[in-house]
Amino acid sequence: MADKNAIEVRGASKIFGTGEAQVAALDNVSVSIRENEFFTLLGPSGCGKTTLLRLIAGFDYPTDGEILLYGQDIAPLPPFKRPVNTVFQSYALFPHMTVAQNIAFGLEMLGKPRAEIDGRVAEMLRLVRMEALKDRRTSQISGGQQQRVALARALAPQPKVLLLDEPLSALDYKLRKEMQIELKRLQNQTGITFIFVTHDQEEALTMSDRIAVMSSGRILQVGSPWDIYDRPAERFVADFIGETNFLDADVVSATGDGRATVRLSSGVEIPATFPASVMPEGKVTIVIRPEHARVAAPNGTSAHVGHIENVVYLGTDTHFHVRLDDGTPFIVRQQNSRNGNSQTSFAAAERVGIEFGRDVAQILKD
Amino acid sequence: MASAQESARIAEREDIRNRWLLSAPALVIIFLAAIGPLFIMLAYSFMAKGDYGDVKFGQFSLDGWFSVFLQRDIFDDTVSLADAHLTIFWRSVRLSLMTTFVTLVLGFPTAYFIATRPQNRREVWLFLVTIPFWTNLLIRTFAMQEVIRNEGILNTALMMLGVIKSPIQILYTDTAIMFGMVYVYLPLMVLPLYAAMEKLDFRLVEAGYDLYAGRFQVLRRLIIPLVKPGIIAGSILVFIPSLGAYVTPRVLGGGKNMMLGNLIELQFGQGRNWPLGAAISITLMVVVMTALLIYVRGAARAGTDNNG
Amino acid sequence: MARRFDIRAQPGFATIAMITFFLLYLPIVTLVAYAFNAGNSIAVWEGFSLRWFVSAANNDVVQQAALRSLIIAVFAATISTTVATMAALATTRTRPYRGLTFKYAFINQPLMVPEIVTAVALLIVFSRIKVWTGYSGLGYLIAAHTAFCIPFAYLPIRARLEGMDLTLERAAADLYATPWMTFRRITLPILRPGIVAGFMLAFVISLDDVVITEFVKSGGQDTLPTYMLGQLRRIVTPEINAIATVFLALSVAIVTAFFFLNRKKA
Repeated sequence: MADKNAIEVRGASKIFGTGEAQVAALDNVSVSIRENEFFTLLGPSGCGKTTLLRLIAGFDYPTDGEILLYGQDIAPLPPFKRPVNTVFQSYALFPHMTVAQNIAFGLEMLGKPRAEIDGRVAEMLRLVRMEALKDRRTSQISGGQQQRVALARALAPQPKVLLLDEPLSALDYKLRKEMQIELKRLQNQTGITFIFVTHDQEEALTMSDRIAVMSSGRILQVGSPWDIYDRPAERFVADFIGETNFLDADVVSATGDGRATVRLSSGVEIPATFPASVMPEGKVTIVIRPEHARVAAPNGTSAHVGHIENVVYLGTDTHFHVRLDDGTPFIVRQQNSRNGNSQTSFAAAERVGIEFGRDVAQILKD
Repeated sequence: MASAQESARIAEREDIRNRWLLSAPALVIIFLAAIGPLFIMLAYSFMAKGDYGDVKFGQFSLDGWFSVFLQRDIFDDTVSLADAHLTIFWRSVRLSLMTTFVTLVLGFPTAYFIATRPQNRREVWLFLVTIPFWTNLLIRTFAMQEVIRNEGILNTALMMLGVIKSPIQILYTDTAIMFGMVYVYLPLMVLPLYAAMEKLDFRLVEAGYDLYAGRFQVLRRLIIPLVKPGIIAGSILVFIPSLGAYVTPRVLGGGKNMMLGNLIELQFGQGRNWPLGAAISITLMVVVMTALLIYVRGAARAGTDNNG
Repeated sequence: MARRFDIRAQPGFATIAMITFFLLYLPIVTLVAYAFNAGNSIAVWEGFSLRWFVSAANNDVVQQAALRSLIIAVFAATISTTVATMAALATTRTRPYRGLTFKYAFINQPLMVPEIVTAVALLIVFSRIKVWTGYSGLGYLIAAHTAFCIPFAYLPIRARLEGMDLTLERAAADLYATPWMTFRRITLPILRPGIVAGFMLAFVISLDDVVITEFVKSGGQDTLPTYMLGQLRRIVTPEINAIATVFLALSVAIVTAFFFLNRKKA
């Protein structure tokens, strides 16, 4: 993969309002998005992800900072002069035009010859499988179909970067799953850089090459889905992405290659990893995903001991809500497979030991 | 004993009967003092004219309708088009169309301007449009008369600026009537346009800019088509009262430059030709109703278009 | 810093809007200004004076016309608001029934026919009735005004009713209120802003009417607008401006009250 940057945001801030009522929607954000990657901005509503997207699209202007597209500062350009297209959350399909007219719009505005427009529109209709409905009004098609048209319309002018603002949020669960795969396919097929905004962590994990987790106008961590999920740098990131357990621990030793040994409150010592930017010492919080732990009858190898408060059966797996002896809640997720592994079942109030797999603990920043 | 279904039906019938009783006073008043007289006027248009106004009661005649567009020569009895009437018809239509056009040109940007203000300030701007709207039409016409008269501030200002050397005669011309109607009916254009623009989804405008449309293309390809119902409503609301205008041409046209409203009045006054006046009135009403009907049809169609 | 690109702006629109507002207010301001002219002219400014207000106030004809306008407006607005309220109750919050569309069309009819047409139709009918009955009082004007005020009174009342939940009345009925008590204690109080708005609209509309009044009135029954219309044919003195200014102030006061009434509600 070429490691060229399609978009580079440098120190972008966006402040809304004036005086007392000032709100920083974006607070000195810098991020680089590589060519051809599927990049996701993930965060809860109000975290600034949509603001960042709007700055790149040109609907808003940064209060401070630069936005580069292939090295060129695009901040002074109005949206219609940026080779960047958007798929809107509301789709924003033109209600007075047909499906085909919607898709043709951008090409017409670029002054492309009619033949080329017709060719591109046909190609786009094929790409999103909407040939049969090309003459329908956009109000006469379903939500999923509108979504495809919005995609086709934004892709038709062959933008350098495609911006997608929570495009799947209006769809029901099943359709959303289908569209996730469809979007991934379209990205592979077109080779266009996608910047995808979502608050749905699962969506982000399944689709993205890289994810930036945002909160309160700042980017907390950028990394691959694996990085973000298994090696969260901050509590917010660990908490926002999936269920997780936080434990107090003391650092026993740490080495420069990101490996450390920590002592749990039970006195047991386990290995842990930590983000490269800090050297952990003293009291720290470690994070362990529920599926990386097991419940077993308490014995000498148990990292922690506690009792079960609640057992939640979820079909594919079972959640054990455990209260550790030091009072900390801890969740264990175990798969309900019948592939030969002996499956011990535990009931509420039973005393259990918690066991960890290898390399499962991650030390958080501060 | 009545079944539940039956008693429900009885209750519903009673409800509808009560609803008729409740609306009866309004319907009766409107029938007696608005709709009923129109039918009597229709009857009058088919009677012979009285010698001193009114009609010869019960005496059937088509003279009234005949005279709307035609005239019979006094000497040789040849039939020809009634030029005087046609001129007035044509002036009415022409001035109404021009008024509609000018109010649209002024009103569209104004409504857009108001609709794009922050929410709390929109109300104030809108209020500024509403005040002249609720101000007496005669007073507004009179105010316009003062502005455009020879010694008025328009001529004074133009002379001071050196654009003209001596005052131009605007008052008592067709232009004066148009100025007056534009002034008087402008709020009727702005209000429905604003209503349509307020509902305009600016995300569509964003999408337009995102897809490389410039300012003018966004206006032409997106904003104008999207607020078309407002444009049509405003145009109808201005065109209809313009066509039937009476006060404005009377005050600003100075008697010579008549419109249909003044022609009708003339038949009931000095003209002493009530059947003709009635016939012209009905013609005017039919034109207006037709315009309204076309509009309502169009609006209904637009409604179904947008709702799937 | 980047130059801003405002999504909502269109070049020149703000300028045209300002011109429009200027044009809307220039004539009114001129008219009001000359009401305070000391001289006899409505074109040459000769200094500030209230003399024309005094002369208008002392003019018997003006006084009577003003009184007549008010009487007609009070009657027309009261009657039309009452019957419009009843009609609104009868035409909202129901499944469509036979005749409902007919009622809408009927009630809004005065809005759809050009005023001059209604005016001459009323002239025809009323002049005949005047001959038959010998009665030529204000009743004709009040009847005519009431009819064209009904749709104006009806609109805000209906709008208010449509935003009103029937469950409130059902709850009252559930709590043993008779239909009449329900109406008195529940429907009417909630409906009141709509009724007040309807009354004020009807009042202003009646007060402003020129055309229908001009054709329906008997001799010596001038209202303020028809009096002014008559005066415009003569040499106009600033007295007309003074009358117009007072009139204007009254309308603006009512509309402003209406504006703030609606605003508080919203």
